[in-house]
Amino acid sequence: MTSHGVLSVALYCALLLAVVKPLGGYMARVYQGEARAARRVLGPLERGIYRVLRVDPDERMSWQTYARAALLFDVAGLVVVYVLQRVQGWLPGNPAGLGAVLPHSAFNTAVSFATNTNWQGYGGETTMSSLTQMVGLTVQNFVSAATGMAVLVALVRGFARRASSDELADAHLGSFWVDLVRSTLYILLPLSIVVALLLVSQGVVQTFGANASAALVEATTDVDGHRVTEQVIALGPAASQVAIKQLGTNGGGFFAVNSAHPFENPTPLSSFVELFAILIIPASLPYTFGKLLGDTRQGWALLAAMLVVFVPLLALTVSQEQAGSPALASLPVDQAASALQAGGNMEGKEVRFGIAGSALWATATTAASNGSVNSMHDSYTPLGGLAPMWLMQLGEVVFGGAGSGLYGMLAFAIVAVFVAGLMVGRTPEYLGKKIEAFEMKMAALVILIPPALVLVGTAVACATEAGRRGPSNASAHGFSEILYAFSSAGNNNGSAFAGLAADTPFYDTALAVCMWGARFWLIVPVLAIAGSLAKKKTVPRTAGTLPTHTPLFVAMLVATVVVVGALTFIPALALGPIVEHLLAHGASSARGGA
Amino acid sequence: MNASMPEGVTDARPPPTVVALASRALGMLAVLTLVTGLVYPLLITAAAAIAFPEEAGGSLIVEGGRVAGSRLVGQPFEDPRYFWGRPSATKPVAYNAGASAGSNLGPTSAALHRAAARRVDALRASDPQNAAPVPVDLVTSSASGLDPHITPAAAFYQAARVARARGIDEGRVRELVRAHVEGRTFGVLGEPRVNVLSLNRALDALAAAGSRAPAQPVR
Repeated sequence: MTSHGVLSVALYCALLLAVVKPLGGYMARVYQGEARAARRVLGPLERGIYRVLRVDPDERMSWQTYARAALLFDVAGLVVVYVLQRVQGWLPGNPAGLGAVLPHSAFNTAVSFATNTNWQGYGGETTMSSLTQMVGLTVQNFVSAATGMAVLVALVRGFARRASSDELADAHLGSFWVDLVRSTLYILLPLSIVVALLLVSQGVVQTFGANASAALVEATTDVDGHRVTEQVIALGPAASQVAIKQLGTNGGGFFAVNSAHPFENPTPLSSFVELFAILIIPASLPYTFGKLLGDTRQGWALLAAMLVVFVPLLALTVSQEQAGSPALASLPVDQAASALQAGGNMEGKEVRFGIAGSALWATATTAASNGSVNSMHDSYTPLGGLAPMWLMQLGEVVFGGAGSGLYGMLAFAIVAVFVAGLMVGRTPEYLGKKIEAFEMKMAALVILIPPALVLVGTAVACATEAGRRGPSNASAHGFSEILYAFSSAGNNNGSAFAGLAADTPFYDTALAVCMWGARFWLIVPVLAIAGSLAKKKTVPRTAGTLPTHTPLFVAMLVATVVVVGALTFIPALALGPIVEHLLAHGASSARGGA
Repeated sequence: MNASMPEGVTDARPPPTVVALASRALGMLAVLTLVTGLVYPLLITAAAAIAFPEEAGGSLIVEGGRVAGSRLVGQPFEDPRYFWGRPSATKPVAYNAGASAGSNLGPTSAALHRAAARRVDALRASDPQNAAPVPVDLVTSSASGLDPHITPAAAFYQAARVARARGIDEGRVRELVRAHVEGRTFGVLGEPRVNVLSLNRALDALAAAGSRAPAQPVR
C-alpha cells in the first residue's frame, strides 16, 4: 500500500468514528420520541400522516402483527414498482421516451428495490424514465432502508423490555408504522437533503430537462463504420436519488455504471461524501442500540467487532489493487505508483479516484449492504475481488444494511453467547435475557438462510445451460461472476461482477428469489426473537455472567462470524478467486523463469 | 391517547386483520411516495436550479450557442494532434454518454491482454521514438467508459507526439499540460489528473490564436 493509500484509509475510518456518537445518539432520541429540534420542524408532518391514515401512534404490536405490517408494506412497494415500470411509456416524466420494461426484468428490479438490495439488471439511463426513477425507485430507497431500521428497533425493544408484573402488556414491540415514519422523516430525509445538495455542488446532475447533445471536437466512427459527430449526454434527476441510495445502503444508481459515472460522482470530494454516506448509518446504529439499552458499551463492542473484520479486508483489497493487473504484467506498461500516476490495476477504474479511492469504496460498499460501485469489481485482481465477495458472504453483518446489518450481527452475538455458555456449562444469556432453544433456532435460521440461498443458487446456475450462458469471462473468473451475483443477491447487497449477462429470464428470476428470501425469511425470525425476548424476565447479573462488552467477547463474536463465513464459503471461493490467483501467479512466475 | 390508560388495557383489542394492515400499508406507501418521491426530488431540483444551475444541468461547455461537450464527460480522440483519453468500452461508439459501460474484463482475461497490447502498439506507432513504458491508464478502459481524465504521467507521455504533429515546441505543450494538472482535493482526496477535453480545447485555442496573430505571445 502506498502512503497515500494508508492516509486515505486512516482519514476515512477516523471521520467515520467521529460521527458515530452524535448520529447514533440522535437516532436513539428519534426512536424514543425525544428528538425535540427535529420534531419542531417535522413533527406536524409526522402527526399529519398519522391523522390522515388514522394510525394510532401508541399502537402496541405483537411481533406477529409487526412482521405482517412490515411484509405487507414491502409487498405493496414491490407491486407498485413493478406496475410503474410496465406502464412508464404512457406516463409523464419520460423525456427520453422509454418504453415498458420487460416483465422478468421489471419483476427483478421490483424485488430488488423492495428488499433494499438494489441489484441492477438494467442500465438506468437506457431503461427507466425519470418518473420511474423518482416515484418508484427513490421511494423504495427510502422505505426499504426505513423498514430495516424499524425491524432493528423492534428487536432492540425486545432486549430492552424489562418485564414487569403484567407480562402480557409488556410483550409488544411498538408500532411498525411509527418506526417507519420516524426513520424516514427524521433520519433519512434530512441527511439526504444535505448530501444531495453537496453532490449537486460538485456536478451531480439534477434536472428534468431532455438529454443534451454536444458536437464532438474530433469526429469518430462507431462499430459499424458510421461517422459520428455528436455526443448524446444523458441527464436526469440523479442527485436526489444518489444521496438516498448511499445513505439507505441501497446502491441502485441512476446511471448504468452507478457512481463511476461522472454525472453521478464527478469529483474526489463527491466520492468521499458518497463513501461516507454508505457507512454512517450502519456504523452509528450500534451506538443507538447501546443508548436504547442504557449501556453504550454493548454498542461499542459490536462496532469494534465490525471494524476488526473490516480493516484487514480493506487493507487486502487496497494492496492487491495497487500491485497491478497480472494480465498486463508481460506488456511494456508502467503500473508503478509515482508522483504522476496512481499506477496499479486501473482496468475498470476512474483516474480521479485512483486505486485507494476505488478499493476503499469496493470494501465499504460490500461491508455495508450498499452495493453501489465507483469502479468495476469484475476487473479487480483475484484477491482484490475476493475481499468484497467474502464481506457479502459473511452475511452482511460487518456494518451491513441500514438496520439489517445490526440485527444480523445480533443473531451472531446470540450464537456467540450460546457457544460461550456451552464452554462453561451455564445457560447462556445476552443483555440480561436468557437465550434458550427458541432464540437459538431463530438465530440459526438468520445465519443459515443466506448462505443456503447463495450456494444453492450458484450450484443451480452452474448446473443449467441458462446459468452457464451468463458469464462473459472464461473459467475460474466466470465462476466468480456467478458466485458473486448470488452472494450479492442472497445477502441483499446489489453490487455485481457486471460482466455477468444477468438480465435474462433465468438470472432475473433466480436472483429475485434469493433477494426475496434473504430479506423476508430473515425479518420473520428476527422479529420472532424480539417477541420471545420481550416476554422474558431480566436475569440479574452475577459473577458467573459473561460480560458482553469486553475484548474477550469481541474476539468470540469475530471468531463466530469468521468461522461460519469461512467454513461455508472457502470451498466455493477456492474454485473461483483462489484458483484464479494461483493461475495468474503461476503464469507470471513461469514467464519470469523462462 | 392510550398512554393515559392503565397498562394492559389496549391488548384487549383484537389484532388488526390482514386486510386492515394491507390497506394501511398502501396508504402509508402513498403518503411516503408523496414525501420522498415527489416533494423531496422536486425540492432538490428547485434548490439546485437556484444555487447550482450549471452543475445541475451537466456542466455543459456552451460555445457560440452550441454545446461543445461537458466538462465532466470525456470525448474520443484518435488524431495524433490531440491528447488521447482512456480506452472506452461503451457501445456502439466510444465515449457514448447515453449508455455508460465498463469492459468488465477479468484480471486474467486474454481479451484484456490483447486489448492492452493493441493499444500499446497504436500508441507506439503514433510516436515511434518514444520507448518509455506506457502509463497504465492509457491502456486500460475506465469504469464508466466516459472518464474525462488521464494521469499527468499519461499526458506527459504524449506531449512530444502532440508537439510534433502540431509543429509547435514541446516545451510549450508540456507547459500547457502542467497548467491543466488538477491536484488532490485538500491534498489527500483522489488523484492528480488532467482533463483531456479541456487540454485539447486549449491546444486548439493556442493554434487559433497563433494563426490569427503569430507575433503575439499566448498568455
